Amino acid sequence: EQLINLLDTFTRVQAQRPKRPTGRTATSSNARKKGEEIESGDAATPPSSPSIHRFRNAGDAMMKLDMSALETQFGAPAGEDGGLLFDVDGAAMPAMEFPNCPDFDRFQAKTKDMVKNKRGTTTLAFIFDKGVIVAADSRASMGGYISSQTVRKIIEINPYMLGTMAGGAADCQFWHRNLGTKCRLHELANKRRISVTGASKLLANILYSYRGMGLSIGTMIAGWDEKGPGLYYVDSEGARLKGNRFSVGSGSLYAYAVLDEGYRFKMSVEEAGELARRAIYHATFRDGASGGCVSVYHVGPDGWKKLSGDDVGELHYQYYPVEKTPVEQEMTDASTS
Amino acid sequence: MARYDRAITVFSPDGHLFQVEYALEAVRKGNAAVGVRGTDTVVLGVEKKSTPKLQDSRSVRKIAKLDDHIALACAGLKADARVLINRARVECQSHRLTVEDPVTVEYITRYIAGLQQKYTQSGGVRPFGLSTLIVGFDPHTEKPALYQTDPSGTFSAWKANATGRNSNSMREFLEKNYKETSGKETIKLAIRALLEVVESGGKNIEIAVMTQKDGLRELEEAEIDEYVAEIEAEKAAAEAAKKGAAKET
Repeated sequence: EQLINLLDTFTRVQAQRPKRPTGRTATSSNARKKGEEIESGDAATPPSSPSIHRFRNAGDAMMKLDMSALETQFGAPAGEDGGLLFDVDGAAMPAMEFPNCPDFDRFQAKTKDMVKNKRGTTTLAFIFDKGVIVAADSRASMGGYISSQTVRKIIEINPYMLGTMAGGAADCQFWHRNLGTKCRLHELANKRRISVTGASKLLANILYSYRGMGLSIGTMIAGWDEKGPGLYYVDSEGARLKGNRFSVGSGSLYAYAVLDEGYRFKMSVEEAGELARRAIYHATFRDGASGGCVSVYHVGPDGWKKLSGDDVGELHYQYYPVEKTPVEQEMTDASTS
Repeated sequence: MARYDRAITVFSPDGHLFQVEYALEAVRKGNAAVGVRGTDTVVLGVEKKSTPKLQDSRSVRKIAKLDDHIALACAGLKADARVLINRARVECQSHRLTVEDPVTVEYITRYIAGLQQKYTQSGGVRPFGLSTLIVGFDPHTEKPALYQTDPSGTFSAWKANATGRNSNSMREFLEKNYKETSGKETIKLAIRALLEVVESGGKNIEIAVMTQKDGLRELEEAEIDEYVAEIEAEKAAAEAAKKGAAKET
């Protein structure tokens, strides 16, 4: 309605210009209240689309986008190039055509799905009798390109809680940091630490409210609170699961295989750490989107502590040292002797 | 001075918020309420004005349950109390939903006090005309707690407190006679404080007892009468002992 009023003003100023018929709008009574004059419209104009100007003489442009709002109204009289880029009568200006698109309504959503991160990573966490072990690789990939081998995928929310990163790195980092802020505020207001249950619930509720908007987060919240060790899986679809063993990411299948096979509830911290390290290593061996270094953390009653960070290349030769064939052995002996 | 008490948001030159102070006056006109904290019990007592014959006294409950482990009694405008209690009940459940833990007494007191304060700093609203006594057990430490809030939005923890009509005399009594009690002794202390200002008898007092195990329990009239009888007997015995001692000397 404001558009029409603006255009009305212009048409009145440019007295030379041919008057354009204005469609009678549904809100014309309001405009009259404002004191504006409404040119007598075409009674035959269909009321179905009240706010679009219709060009009487432009042919049926039903499928074309209406660009009348962008046209300059104060030009030289028709026929003279007084600054206009092209020498056409406005009515004959081509309207914008859309490219040939089979699925106009859904192509944006489909593109989003296509570029969505497939969570190229391996992270795992499990509870055992002495606390929680959290481990992750450190590779970031963009399709087939390895963008970094040194990403810190285990995020320290506060001295007694850890979060793992899988999915979009920015999303994970930001929301974990935000969660840390909320946990701290809870602590200050209530004079006691927030439980792992509460923290994971806060994060899950936030992620649920952004559901469908393109966040990509697959995280595990691990910590030690009054009730003992706690482990929750939270993701950007809004799921929140409590459990004893989780692995998240493209390499999680391989990690689960090793983890489930070697898991016992009663283990020493070193044994548990070694199990986690082995599981991540095997995942990086087979999964192209995982690699770099394995970081292993342990969360105990006094908070978390980093146990180790090993390059998977070196781990490979630790687990599978090269055994020299007899020929090679002879050659080495010959060269050293 | 009259100019500074119209709108709530205006300070007077000497730093008073008159509407808040008038709200406190409304509280002073409300029925007496007392709360006593023991080692394993907390007791709330409220004065019950005589019910008209045709009124169903069960619909006029003055002690409200906010959650399984928290109860509230108040003095002042009962209609305001209803609104505050409903909001507090919702907040108790909302807390359970977001952090999967029941509220602590301090948390819900802080919430109610915050609500009362909000209405002292907004346009077009008046403060809640009530002071509340909030009792409960902390779900983590299992310790009993008693808090009081007032129309200005301040709150603090108490061992024993009274509000409403004649609260000063009740508080004086409590200050003189308070000691750490448990179980029945706590109930008796609360009743004795109320009896200072209320006509004696089971039908003029409402008592609710909260324990860690059993939650909130409202005492029947008959039970209250028993306690009152005990208290009267003790008082008589004490009087007699004093008279006896005086006679001897």
